[in-house]
Amino acid sequence: MTNTLHRFGDADSFRDDYVIFAIASKGANDGDSLPKLRRFLQIAAEYHPVNLGDARHGGALRPSKEMNPMAHWNRDNKPDFQAVIDGLDTPTTCAAVFDNKVAAEDFVKRIREEDLGMSINISTSIDGADQCCHHAGIPRHSVGYSLGFEGATEKLPSSQVMMLSTMCGHGMVSHSLAKKMVDWVKEGRRTPEEAVCYMARFCSCGVFNPARAARVLKMAVNQESANAK
Amino acid sequence: MRINPDKCVACGNCTYVCPMEAIYIDPVIKRATIKRDECVECYACYNGLSQEHLNPTMVRTVRKIFALAKVRFDPEPDVCPTGAFEPDELTWPRVVRRAFSDPRVPHESTGVEGRGTEEVKTNDVSGRVKVGEVGFTIEFGRPGVGARFHEIQEMCWALAEAGVSFEKKNPITSLMSDVATGTLRADILNEKVMSAIVEIKVTVDRTEEIIRLVWAVEKRLGTVIALGVGTRCDENGEDKVVAPILESLGYKLERAKTNIGLGRVKRPLDKPAAKETVNA
Repeated sequence: MTNTLHRFGDADSFRDDYVIFAIASKGANDGDSLPKLRRFLQIAAEYHPVNLGDARHGGALRPSKEMNPMAHWNRDNKPDFQAVIDGLDTPTTCAAVFDNKVAAEDFVKRIREEDLGMSINISTSIDGADQCCHHAGIPRHSVGYSLGFEGATEKLPSSQVMMLSTMCGHGMVSHSLAKKMVDWVKEGRRTPEEAVCYMARFCSCGVFNPARAARVLKMAVNQESANAK
Repeated sequence: MRINPDKCVACGNCTYVCPMEAIYIDPVIKRATIKRDECVECYACYNGLSQEHLNPTMVRTVRKIFALAKVRFDPEPDVCPTGAFEPDELTWPRVVRRAFSDPRVPHESTGVEGRGTEEVKTNDVSGRVKVGEVGFTIEFGRPGVGARFHEIQEMCWALAEAGVSFEKKNPITSLMSDVATGTLRADILNEKVMSAIVEIKVTVDRTEEIIRLVWAVEKRLGTVIALGVGTRCDENGEDKVVAPILESLGYKLERAKTNIGLGRVKRPLDKPAAKETVNA
């Protein structure tokens, strides 16, 4: 599951994108991992994440199986971190997403002190992760580099759409939905903050970064305005 | 997955959310329809769309009235108003589509969700990639293109011919009828999946050779590949070996997944936290 590794963008575009996740190794330390993973989520919630999730149930914004039709006029777009913590019922990958370096660094330092025994990974720019480790006084153990996308890249959409859709590494946020949201924000049919909620609900493990997505959408609008002048 | 034509009101919301663009509005029956061979059973439509369970006749009537009155209603784009999606009972070999496409379904072979791999994410516990070794994750189909197993097999054949060994705890390896040659089961070759990852491990000195092999094979495939390269850092947390090789091949290293070495084989939750450096 390289669901956080291959995000489209250069290192600078990850300045507000820090995904930190805890995972147990199957057969080695997953037996008693549930309370530790829940503790990971509880601590993360203290550091003001922009998303929180587990790989079985999803993130802090979830679709509803019984939606009230009135939601078309007053949709609840508030992330529910407590529901993520309470809903964790099986050992799986748990993730917290932060939109700033300070929160990420402080969280990593705290997680080191807690010593949960789970494998902890930071997915962001190489420098960003390095600085988190430095702040916590930990040398990196292993590193997995993303070499980006190759092969039939002519089948891939524009860079703005890619920046949005690859934030769900499992591919649940379709290129078409991302493009539609870019268009809707440009047309003024939705605000960037509303548009990112639609995409975030499709991410099935909670690693979608709504803050970075809103920035990408605003960038698209600004670019459109600049082109029109 | 199927769409119940009695429930569908052809609102078109689902046509945008399908990662494989496998859903369209059939102009003859005027209902959303799934191109079965393109659908990878990822369940993004079923799990991702909110559902209202409205009466289909009522919705169609209201839509007609709005159209006649030229009233524009801008509904939420991530909703199926009538809950028209109905999961199929999947049988072999189609069931492998869901295993590789719906991230909430753990792979039977590894027990891991998503694409079923742990890679260097648990390297501090598993010791899968050691100093002097490089772990490759060669991912097919992502983002949003999809891949068929015959394409994956082509890469596996080339890798096997180069004498590399495949990671045993990997869902693709578990589907090989002959691991020595990288041959996959014949009955799954035309099945399409959202993405799948082939994992191998080689010594550092073979890094360039493997990347050049991937470059050669990917030109013949009709899908995209996302290449990941994992390595163990030295005692100071540095990688002064693999990154220079990758950069010499023209890669600009922007993003990585960093395992910070806090994993333990087992430690009770109530045990006091250790003070020493954890991954020494």
